[in-house]
Amino acid sequence: MIERSPINSPMGRLQGLWDRPGFRWPALAVVLILLVVAPYLFGPYATVILTNALLYVVLALGLNVVVGYAGLLDLGYAAFFAVGAYTIGIVHHVYGLDFWLTLPIAVLAAAVAGVIIGSPTLRLRSDYLAIVTLGFGEIVRFSARNLDITGGASGISGIERPWIFGWRMQSTLDFYYVFCVLAILAVIASLRLADSRLGRAWLYVRHDEDAAEAMGIDRVKVKLAAYVIGAIYGSIAGAFFAVNLGAISPESFSFQQSVLILMAVILGGMGKVPGVILGAFIVILAPELLRDVGELRLLVFAAGLLLVMLFRPEGIWPSRRR
Amino acid sequence: MALLSLSAVTLTFAGNTVLNEVSFNVAERSVTSLIGPNGAGKTSLFNSITGFYKPQQGSIRFDGTELLKLKPHQVTKAGIARTFQNVRLFREMTVLENVMSGAHCRTSAGAFAAILRTPAQRREEEEIRARARQHLEFVGVWAEQGRIATTLAYGHQRRVEIARALATEPKLLLLDEPAAGLNPTEKHDLVQLIRRIRDEMGIAVLLIEHDMGLVMQISENISVLDHGEIIAEGTPKQIQSDHTVIEAYLGRDDGEAFLDE
Amino acid sequence: MALTDIVLQQLVNGLVLGSFYALVALGYTMVFGVVKLLNFAHGEVYMVGGFAGFIVLSLVSGTLGSGWSGVAVSMVLAMIGVGFLGVLIQKIAYQPMLSAPRLSILITALAVSLVLQNAVLGLTGGRYVPFGADLGFGGVNLGNLFISYNQFILVGTAGVLMLSLELFISRTQYGRAMRAVSIDKDMCRLMGIDVNRVIAVTFFLGSGLAAAAGTMAGAYYGSLWYFMGFLIGLKAFTAAVIGGIGSIPGAMLGGLILGLLESFGTQIPGIGSAWKDVFSFSILILVLVFKPTGLLGRSEQERM
Repeated sequence: MIERSPINSPMGRLQGLWDRPGFRWPALAVVLILLVVAPYLFGPYATVILTNALLYVVLALGLNVVVGYAGLLDLGYAAFFAVGAYTIGIVHHVYGLDFWLTLPIAVLAAAVAGVIIGSPTLRLRSDYLAIVTLGFGEIVRFSARNLDITGGASGISGIERPWIFGWRMQSTLDFYYVFCVLAILAVIASLRLADSRLGRAWLYVRHDEDAAEAMGIDRVKVKLAAYVIGAIYGSIAGAFFAVNLGAISPESFSFQQSVLILMAVILGGMGKVPGVILGAFIVILAPELLRDVGELRLLVFAAGLLLVMLFRPEGIWPSRRR
Repeated sequence: MALLSLSAVTLTFAGNTVLNEVSFNVAERSVTSLIGPNGAGKTSLFNSITGFYKPQQGSIRFDGTELLKLKPHQVTKAGIARTFQNVRLFREMTVLENVMSGAHCRTSAGAFAAILRTPAQRREEEEIRARARQHLEFVGVWAEQGRIATTLAYGHQRRVEIARALATEPKLLLLDEPAAGLNPTEKHDLVQLIRRIRDEMGIAVLLIEHDMGLVMQISENISVLDHGEIIAEGTPKQIQSDHTVIEAYLGRDDGEAFLDE
Repeated sequence: MALTDIVLQQLVNGLVLGSFYALVALGYTMVFGVVKLLNFAHGEVYMVGGFAGFIVLSLVSGTLGSGWSGVAVSMVLAMIGVGFLGVLIQKIAYQPMLSAPRLSILITALAVSLVLQNAVLGLTGGRYVPFGADLGFGGVNLGNLFISYNQFILVGTAGVLMLSLELFISRTQYGRAMRAVSIDKDMCRLMGIDVNRVIAVTFFLGSGLAAAAGTMAGAYYGSLWYFMGFLIGLKAFTAAVIGGIGSIPGAMLGGLILGLLESFGTQIPGIGSAWKDVFSFSILILVLVFKPTGLLGRSEQERM
């Protein structure tokens, strides 16, 4: 029999409910309605925070493809976030190309960056890979800070809000709904990827590289696919992040940013879409709830991360099977 | 005509010669066994054929292709599947998911097809499941398809591993000590299974095995490897009466096992 | 300044920088040798070492002053204290994880480093903390070249520490055990070597050396910062890889090479100090991709 998390634990009970088809669809409907009405229930400040949380859902789901699905530790994920944001900043703002035409360029740029970084490094030992990605992340940030085209340390400001079907995304409420749509699309894509030929291949390679190779799976190619898909999620998030804020600067894409996204992935439970969503909300909402903590926010998360790794490596969200 | 043909394959590790000018053939639709004392280089030979080791010299031709420069996944795609000495099923995954891995190299849906759930992708997914089911039924463990593979009884895990290898649709199947750890009944079933793989699926089988009874029973050809060299080749009858073979086994831990059979 | 002066001046700068890198790189390489693990937290151990030195110095400066004698005592005490911190980290975070998948170990190590970093961030409020040493500015003039006494003492101390480590490893029982454990842990267990103890000693020594570097950095540069371990951790790791991870002479060599590369690299037109770190990271990536075994490292075993 498939093992489940203890049925009497609160999370286990939640899992049990989730598995019941009669519960799943009504639950999704409730979540959807909550998403739509949340801004009216909680007010404008909460809307901004929730928008940020949804941005993190997209980023964390993207990193989850790399870390959770393919088992590659990427410590420079913010670099792809930056590639998306800066492509919009430069091409859309500086050269005046329409946002919707720039978006594919941003995606392409991130994918190319992913291939360039990924193809030589993905054959390395996993700890070397982590360091290389960290180094790459820092190179991107330093470059953004030092180059003229990226606006140096002050970055790029005055990025225009895009139009869609004659409607201009402008208010915080508009962007809240835009990020709702992005998050839902990211969730659907992640779920579908997990349950696919490629999704299974990631698991095979993660569990036993040699056996996977013996089954005819090209491990480098499969890892590269994960890396590039993660990069694309990151760049899309970055592009909308840029038009939402209207201004970007190198410090939004620091190592701490990469770490925060990674924490979202691991705290909730890497590899599990609901876990990662939970993680993203924890990472963004917890500091709001623990206002007094202030600068210690990361310390609390770091300690949480350590405790999770030591006592519950599968994350807060329960595993369907162990 | 030989399906697999090795000629003068030499493999060294840090100055040690593991395989020395090994040459031998596996015919289509045949069962060939590779025997030899522990440490003779049998598994290294498997690893060389399947691309995990890179022999420094020689040639390995399979079905018209030179394998020596290929990576393991390319060898599998060319039509050689293998099992491992210590069963290596994917942990935390079900029996069915394990066997579905074999279909990877015969299918093509990528990320976009998966995200968009194109009709072709859905058809392919159904096909993968259907094929996996076929192979599980063939080896007789379909009933356990939903269980986590590593929780199965050992004999069943071996069968799942064989089903997984069959799912790559090979022309040649390499089995590394498939009878190790099996009881007599299970060994008997294994012999039947290997025969059916050859007869019903038309797949040639190359076998590393220590159980001489089993080897003599099912092999058409036997090659004996000792100290990285082929010291004898022939039918089971010829091998049993070959003096060099008996000498190679004598005075070793498994020498008596050989003579007992 | 003439070209030779620039070269000599950068040689001195490179040696100083390289000494720091080498001391920290030793910790990476030793730990990697015995547990085959990249100790992500090592840069933070260096940072904590600096703060430990600062605390000791502020306690002893009343009696010993804040000159070299005070700093020396601070350094030794910081080394011991932080050495035990290293052992504690190993016991809490690594010991239970040794049989876990590598990804989990890496994340745990990362978590430890974030805990240390953010704990110090909390304690210092993220501000630079003046170290409080008073070492003077004296030095020797050699033509246009100026070398401060501090630079002499710093490079000399690093040299003495590395020499002692080399002697410890080649001459003592623990040193031999460390080498044995790095080759085959299971065999060592069978031979009755207390492997866990050897690992603990390794963490102690590696962390102690990092603390020495941290204290010296505080004294030399004059201030401490919670984030100071991040960059040097990365660079020292690069140094360890350049030399060949797992190799102790390699870590020393790699540290010096990276230090020299960096100080000369900043002189290349177009690189300058703004691009210094990009330059180092590019070296890191190039080395990892093209020569992951480094200059003095053993090549990795074949697969399977």
